Amino acid sequence: MNTNIQEIKDLSIGFKSQKGEQISILRNITTNIRKGETVGIVGESGSGKSTLALAMMGYIKQGLFTTGGECFFKSLDLLKLNNKELVEIRGRKIAMIPQNAGQALTPNLKIGYQIEEALKLHTDFNKVEREQKSSELLNKVRLPSPKIMALRYPHELSGGQQQRVAVAMALAGNPELLLLDEPTTGLDVTTQAHVLELLKDIAKDTGKSMVYVSHDLGAIAQVCDRVIVMYAGEIVLEGPVRKILKEPIHPYTYGLLKSIPKLSLSGLPDSMPGSQPQPGNIRSGCSFYDRCNFSDDECKVKVPELKYLPEIDTSVRCFNHSELTSKTNEQKITSDSKKEITIDEILDLKDVSISYAKQGIIDQFLNKVTDTNPTVKDINININKGETIALVGESGSGKSTILKSIAGLLKTKDGYIKFDKEKLLSGDLKKRSSEDLRSIQLIFQNPDESLNPNHTVEQILSQPLKLYFGLTGSKLKSSIAELLEKVRLGAFYMSRYPRQLSGGEKQRIAVARAFAARPDIILCDEVTSALDVSVQAAVLDLLQKLKEELGTTYVFVSHDLAVVKAISDRVAVLYQGRLCEIGPSKDVYQFPSHPYTEVLIGAVLEPDPDVKPKLVAEDIVEEKPPEIGCSFQGRCPRILGEKCRQEVPPWQIGENGNAIRCHINIEELKIQQS
Amino acid sequence: MENSKNIFNENPKSSLAKVLDIISTMASKPSGFIGLAILIFHVTLAITSPWFAPYDYKAINPTLMLNAPSSEFWFGTDSLGRDVFTRTILGGRTALTITFFGSIIALLWGGLLGIFCGLVGGRIDDIVMRIVDAFLSIPWILAMLLIVSLLGTTTEVLIPALGFFYGKGIVRVARAATHDVIAKDFIVSAKARGHSNLSIIWNEILPNVRDAILVEGAMRWSWMLLGFSSLSFLGFGVSPPTPDWGLMISNARGLMSFAWWAVIAPIVGLSSLIIGINLTADAFAKALGIDRSTKAPV
Ligand SMILES: Nc1ncnc2c1ncn2[C@@H]1O[C@H](COP(=O)(O)OP(=O)(O)OP(=O)(O)O)[C@@H](O)[C@H]1O
Ligand code: SF4
Ligand code: SF4
Ligand SMILES: [Mg+2]
Repeated sequence: MNTNIQEIKDLSIGFKSQKGEQISILRNITTNIRKGETVGIVGESGSGKSTLALAMMGYIKQGLFTTGGECFFKSLDLLKLNNKELVEIRGRKIAMIPQNAGQALTPNLKIGYQIEEALKLHTDFNKVEREQKSSELLNKVRLPSPKIMALRYPHELSGGQQQRVAVAMALAGNPELLLLDEPTTGLDVTTQAHVLELLKDIAKDTGKSMVYVSHDLGAIAQVCDRVIVMYAGEIVLEGPVRKILKEPIHPYTYGLLKSIPKLSLSGLPDSMPGSQPQPGNIRSGCSFYDRCNFSDDECKVKVPELKYLPEIDTSVRCFNHSELTSKTNEQKITSDSKKEITIDEILDLKDVSISYAKQGIIDQFLNKVTDTNPTVKDINININKGETIALVGESGSGKSTILKSIAGLLKTKDGYIKFDKEKLLSGDLKKRSSEDLRSIQLIFQNPDESLNPNHTVEQILSQPLKLYFGLTGSKLKSSIAELLEKVRLGAFYMSRYPRQLSGGEKQRIAVARAFAARPDIILCDEVTSALDVSVQAAVLDLLQKLKEELGTTYVFVSHDLAVVKAISDRVAVLYQGRLCEIGPSKDVYQFPSHPYTEVLIGAVLEPDPDVKPKLVAEDIVEEKPPEIGCSFQGRCPRILGEKCRQEVPPWQIGENGNAIRCHINIEELKIQQS
Repeated sequence: MENSKNIFNENPKSSLAKVLDIISTMASKPSGFIGLAILIFHVTLAITSPWFAPYDYKAINPTLMLNAPSSEFWFGTDSLGRDVFTRTILGGRTALTITFFGSIIALLWGGLLGIFCGLVGGRIDDIVMRIVDAFLSIPWILAMLLIVSLLGTTTEVLIPALGFFYGKGIVRVARAATHDVIAKDFIVSAKARGHSNLSIIWNEILPNVRDAILVEGAMRWSWMLLGFSSLSFLGFGVSPPTPDWGLMISNARGLMSFAWWAVIAPIVGLSSLIIGINLTADAFAKALGIDRSTKAPV
């Protein structure tokens, strides 16, 4: 009996460039999806994951065409079917949850109605059956009280709940194969862990085959049985999840795994040089040659075949894969190079509250405080010269809000921010001195947004140099070249536009622009979350080196606890704009912790199928912080009752030096958490 | 698509090369090529026609009244016996000049006000846009008639008046484009560094809204041409005996049934120019990567 539900043979997909050249995006893809199996497709942005997933349901994006190969679903070649035949299959036999599906729900239709529509399209149920089935589906994806949920509109659901509805809609036609494209990307860590849990259970309960596309090896490790690793449009490694993630025998996968920061390790992860080549720019020979540590002369000229190794049920595209088997298991022990920070305060946030609510004119006149429950409240943080302090928390925790107020882009409602021990920083940008402005620089999350697309690198970097130092002519040019060298880019990048740079190169320019001002403090807002892991490691490494060289202080905002652990000296954990815990980084990651920190750490996905996340709290999303009591009361798994609801918890200092704000005695917490 | 080019090996270009690049992209599609060809033809004609016009455009000759096209008078003669060919090739000069400068005025005030509104936002933006909307709802031709009848039909009146009325649409486009840019982090970044507003407008905003504004200006040009010709047609544009298509159409239209040539020639001249500008503006927009079809016309 044939156990394969899908067989892809030698599939190649490409497009015609403006010059008429044929450029390939997928090259010679051969793989099978077995019945009842969950297969992960991983690869960095642009590796062709989505294109392959779409081809698996017989869909080729506009502008692209197949240049060879077949894609069988059971005995049907999907690429030869006409539209009518494909419509029959899509939804009923193969369903897809596209990237950002939750956000793509029709905004003005109720959830229940949208699911019934999907049922109408993909099944032959009558109206009554549909209604019943729809609430069954909502139940299956574990939405609380399905009857009430069905009457809600998409915007009345949280991101995680929207994603569940998208899963429910995909399940409507009872498909045999479910394709998921980045189903949890963009969700908060705890929500992501819950959605993955759900998907895993659905796969187990229904025996459906699933294809799970993601760049996140942590997520892949949790749900998949088998993994396909893609690089530059090719499969480079394929095999059982444990084999791939624990003993990767392809240099790319090996490097990729090394470049992921992990909670179990300290210090920065290894970085891989370079970045993935663009389609049409792929070298002859092995496409990974330029970044490979194991290459030899053969790799330069000959293309390695995807070779199946039956003894480990793994396929690999590399001449030297046998060299890796021995090396893989040795873990690099990075010495903790972080030096002790001397207490020399550079920035002091005292009782800072920030409110987005607009005050009415009359209230302003009467000087009445209207917002008793501001977005960010009672923040007290001292930051020392030369340290990296991280602010962590899920979306809505006020991390970026605090950064903006330090930068002077938002006014504080109460409290003050003091710079260099004596200077009060005005909440109004216009009132800050040029010297203060220069001292504090920002780096943003997405370099596509933070670099002017119509400026060359030279123009971008000359802005701060002209503004703060009045440089012109050859002085300006040599300063720019120096900056580029600092961020490990050549001077020839000067004339490039942002669109001619890769993601990592763009972020390097943003880093260079911040350093151009010779600042004392740099505020980093999720600076690596838009980057691929292998690139992320390199940017983190660059930031660390620059800091060691120049003694800059970083305020580093991130939702990724592993990244924070790797780079920061101290960590402040925020929930709903209130501080929960603050302390030296190695202690915050150790118990006793604030219950919220515990939840966050528990939800981190390690790229290891044997390390499961601990889901302790519900993934509810709260819209507003509570008016009184502990900010975390709504989700706290250890809540004590009335006391937590009525009284603001006190700060307690642990033996390791981390401060925890909770009613539970710190000794008691330690016992409960161990 | 961005990736469809080998972007990493693309060489940096000088501004002249960029302009040539845009023009060659425009000409690579048939519609853009035709539009450009028509426009260049008209502009060249307008510049050079005085040198090769076969007859004197104002020489009235009663004996030659309403002659049909012949080898002597290619497009025939009009009711005053003047050569229609001569008058047609000269007839676009005034319209082109006045509307060209009118468009520049429209671009300047519309673009600046639009960027200003987009930048300041809030209440000031609201109020200004209300006023612009109010002006938008007045039938422009009535207002134009009022202006020219009060101030006369000299070039000094016509250019700013046309520029004013056709700038309203540009305000909206410039404002919308500015709004799109203003939320981007590179503006926030410039603000946080402490650049002045003027520097932010000049360095960060203008390069990103310039294309949208120029395309809108090119579109407005063709509309303005039609508007100006309508004024002439009504007798409020150029004054006789200056040759002008709108005026020629107006004078000859009563005789259309038996002297069609006197009407057809200026109509072809006017409409081909309008179509030419339109096609060019469209190709220009496409070459710059602006999709006009998704934007509601104002
Ligand atoms: N219609 C198209 N025309 C030209 N190139 C395309 C087209 N669609 C995709 N590409 C290119 O093909 C490559 C693979 O795209 P694909 O969307 O499959 O990547 P991906 O691995 O899913 O990336 P991501 O993680 O960013 O979603 C990319 O370089 C992309 O830019
Ligand atoms: S074939 Fe050679 S270059 Fe390619 S991955 Fe293997 S060792 Fe590296
Ligand atoms: S104070 Fe109460 S609700 Fe808040 S974290 Fe501690 S136990 Fe939980
Ligand atoms: Mg994708």
